[in-house]
Amino acid sequence: MRQFAELFLAIDATNKTNAKVAALQHYFEIAPDKDKVWTIALLSHRRPKRTVNTRLLREWAAEYSGISPWLFEESYHVVGDLAETIALVLPNPISDSKEQALHAWIEQIMDLKDVSEADKKAFILQAWQGMDKAERFVFNKLITGGFRMGVSQKLMVRALGKALDIEENSLQHRIMGNWDPRTITFDELLLQENSLDAASKPYPFYLAYQIDGPVEDLGDPSDWQAEHKWDGIRGQLIKRGEEVFLWSRGEELVTDRFPELKLLATKLPAGCVLDGEILVFKDGQIQNFNLLQTRIGRKTVSKATLQKAPVILKAYDVLEWDGNDIRHLPLLERRAYLAECVAAVNDERLQQSPSVAFSTWEDLKVERSTARSMKSEGLMLKRKDAPYGVGRKKGDWWKWKVDPLTVDAVLIYAMRGHGRRANLYTDYTFAVWKGDELVPFTKAYSGLTDAEFRKVDAFVKKNTIERFGPVRSVKPELVFEIAFEGIAQSSRHKSGVALRFPRMKRWRHDKPVEEANTLNDLLTLL
Amino acid sequence: MPLLTFKKGGIYCAQADVYIDPWSKVDRAIITHAHSDHARWGHQHYLCTSNCEAPLKHRLGNISVQSMPFREEVVMNGVRISFHPAGHIIGSAQVRVEYQGEVWVVSGDYKLVDDGFATPFESVKCHHFVTESTFGLPVYTWADQQQIFDEINTWWAANRANGKVSIIAAYSLGKAQRLIQNVDHSIGPVFTHGAVENMNAALRAAHHDIQPTIQVTKELDKKSYKGGLVIAPGSALGSSWVNKFKPFSLAYASGWMALRGTRRRRAADRGFALSDHADWDGLNTAIAATGAENIYVTHGYSTLFSNWLKEQGLNAAPVETQYVGESIDVAEEEVAI
Repeated sequence: MRQFAELFLAIDATNKTNAKVAALQHYFEIAPDKDKVWTIALLSHRRPKRTVNTRLLREWAAEYSGISPWLFEESYHVVGDLAETIALVLPNPISDSKEQALHAWIEQIMDLKDVSEADKKAFILQAWQGMDKAERFVFNKLITGGFRMGVSQKLMVRALGKALDIEENSLQHRIMGNWDPRTITFDELLLQENSLDAASKPYPFYLAYQIDGPVEDLGDPSDWQAEHKWDGIRGQLIKRGEEVFLWSRGEELVTDRFPELKLLATKLPAGCVLDGEILVFKDGQIQNFNLLQTRIGRKTVSKATLQKAPVILKAYDVLEWDGNDIRHLPLLERRAYLAECVAAVNDERLQQSPSVAFSTWEDLKVERSTARSMKSEGLMLKRKDAPYGVGRKKGDWWKWKVDPLTVDAVLIYAMRGHGRRANLYTDYTFAVWKGDELVPFTKAYSGLTDAEFRKVDAFVKKNTIERFGPVRSVKPELVFEIAFEGIAQSSRHKSGVALRFPRMKRWRHDKPVEEANTLNDLLTLL
Repeated sequence: MPLLTFKKGGIYCAQADVYIDPWSKVDRAIITHAHSDHARWGHQHYLCTSNCEAPLKHRLGNISVQSMPFREEVVMNGVRISFHPAGHIIGSAQVRVEYQGEVWVVSGDYKLVDDGFATPFESVKCHHFVTESTFGLPVYTWADQQQIFDEINTWWAANRANGKVSIIAAYSLGKAQRLIQNVDHSIGPVFTHGAVENMNAALRAAHHDIQPTIQVTKELDKKSYKGGLVIAPGSALGSSWVNKFKPFSLAYASGWMALRGTRRRRAADRGFALSDHADWDGLNTAIAATGAENIYVTHGYSTLFSNWLKEQGLNAAPVETQYVGESIDVAEEEVAI
């Protein structure tokens, strides 16, 4: 694991993209094949299931370090990362470990699934004893999951491409879909045209950036197609032979979570892959995103849920037609196949995302202003003659979201952040007025600069009223403008509302607390 | 009444009518070391160690200051007062206060490691110990000084090979000299920001040997920085002052760099966990060595650390002060020169 720990240190020691890619490339050139497969898996969100729960890890780490559990917990709040806290508090290694390859460690950790608690403890304590800080950190991360090394999948693929001298887009496609890092070989994964699981393999999603300048900069409006940007889950529906698969954008196979789409897919012609948005559709209307949330994260869906929140696929593209990859065709040609497909299937659960008719950018601005009532987040602009790309790229596809809703709210609770915000109060709860009372209605973590976060952090430390574990209630004094994409009723929240994508738009130094918005103001936005 | 009390304006000895590191303006102040949170401006008379005098005068200008060597004693109204090395920075001391057989020691800031420039820490037996706790959590344990400097030298040499300037952010008093004395000067020239160089000059004038350094000035040819190491206070790094060194690699040298989160937040190229404060083991070792049963915990994780000490069977209590310890997130107060 030494090589992998060194890779981690090298990536961690720099914030330069090129240096990170170079470190990864070097790793891919020297590491054993089995370790490479696991590294690709870890960096493409394919971490193994957790086999030891974190409560036990904390207990053992405190015990082995000779500190009380409360002191361990306090340290964890300061460090903001469990794997790192453990690595830091443990005493120096007492023996030299026998060097084991990354894949061997991972597989041993996976095999802890069915062993007794005492055996798990013995294994982990012994492992800790023989490792230095960096190795311990990596080892703990392998157990706790959430392995983020500061490299995206995209950068990993770039480095792999350089190491293997294979074109990035093709690599990106090869590592998609269902494969088991424990059984697949490096050759099978990357070098052979494998038929294994080929039926389920999705295409990389093409993603868009938000438009950053005036829309007129896109040039001639007649070169562009516009559609509404639907607020659901991006999905890729596949039918190959008689088999059907539904993939989410997170490369998760979700076929069984959406039985109605599974059923729908059986009606598709074979050799067909659609790209679209999964939306809750009821009484002839698209429903709010929070209703869709009742369908996310559930492996089995009850009849009641199916009736309460039935979904459709709002399709906007065809990637494979009649068994052929047609991503290279111009958008308009692909859309023609899509129309043909939707008509042939003739089922309410498959709808084509219609293109908006417009001749000037002004027309389109008017259309965009209707987005909220259409239950969309804004518009998508796609170049009519462009192929379907890979990953997030500037140029042919743009998001053009509506401006967010905003309210002015008061900071009332703060909690320390994680990762790069460790030891800094950056996670806030905000409230609005209800009579003389401040009612909490949302949390927000992002939108301020580092310097602003440091100032709020200092304020929180000086103006704490009470502490509840890691949370502090603070003097209601600071006002922030909170921006969000949508608002819906919610019985789960004290305020009765739930926001979508809340974040801090700016710090209202100019606003006294009394002038923050009220709960009524918020309810009128519903 | 206890020999030392914690008053609004600072740590006070009523019998001798003297304050230790006060933050309010007082008549007589005993100063543990010349950092700005301990040695404030505006007292009538200052008492410090011989090695502290030069940096103190450099920072505070024309003040009334009396100094004495480590371990020498002065008696004030029957109270015996002496300085003992704290190892934090040059001239830094623990203050020992004794009256009628009762001994108190105020640590100021301290570290147990010999850094090659400050007089190394010496443990002093006492009944009451006032300790700092800047890094009073078990997650803070420092690597050997040599190991850290090996890393710094390797980083510097690699930058030099890539045609880059290496810049390290450091306090102009203490950390700067520790770096200058311990880096490998055979790699290349060491440049200093004016604030650092003026402090160096004050120390050299007081006969402290410091390795050769070159002050960064407008007159210097920009090309001469290439491959060199620049030592500057953190406050200089946010300004256009650094532009002349492009391309450069930027590092912070601070105990806070032990945490990944803090390191990444600085958006620096490197973070070296090099601190002039005791780490967790250092604090515990130092406290045990005093033999004191009563521990007063000042700046840092004072509540948590005193709870830990209580668990170890000591009478420990947190004490509110206005000391800062090692600051990285707050704008660092630096000598304005």
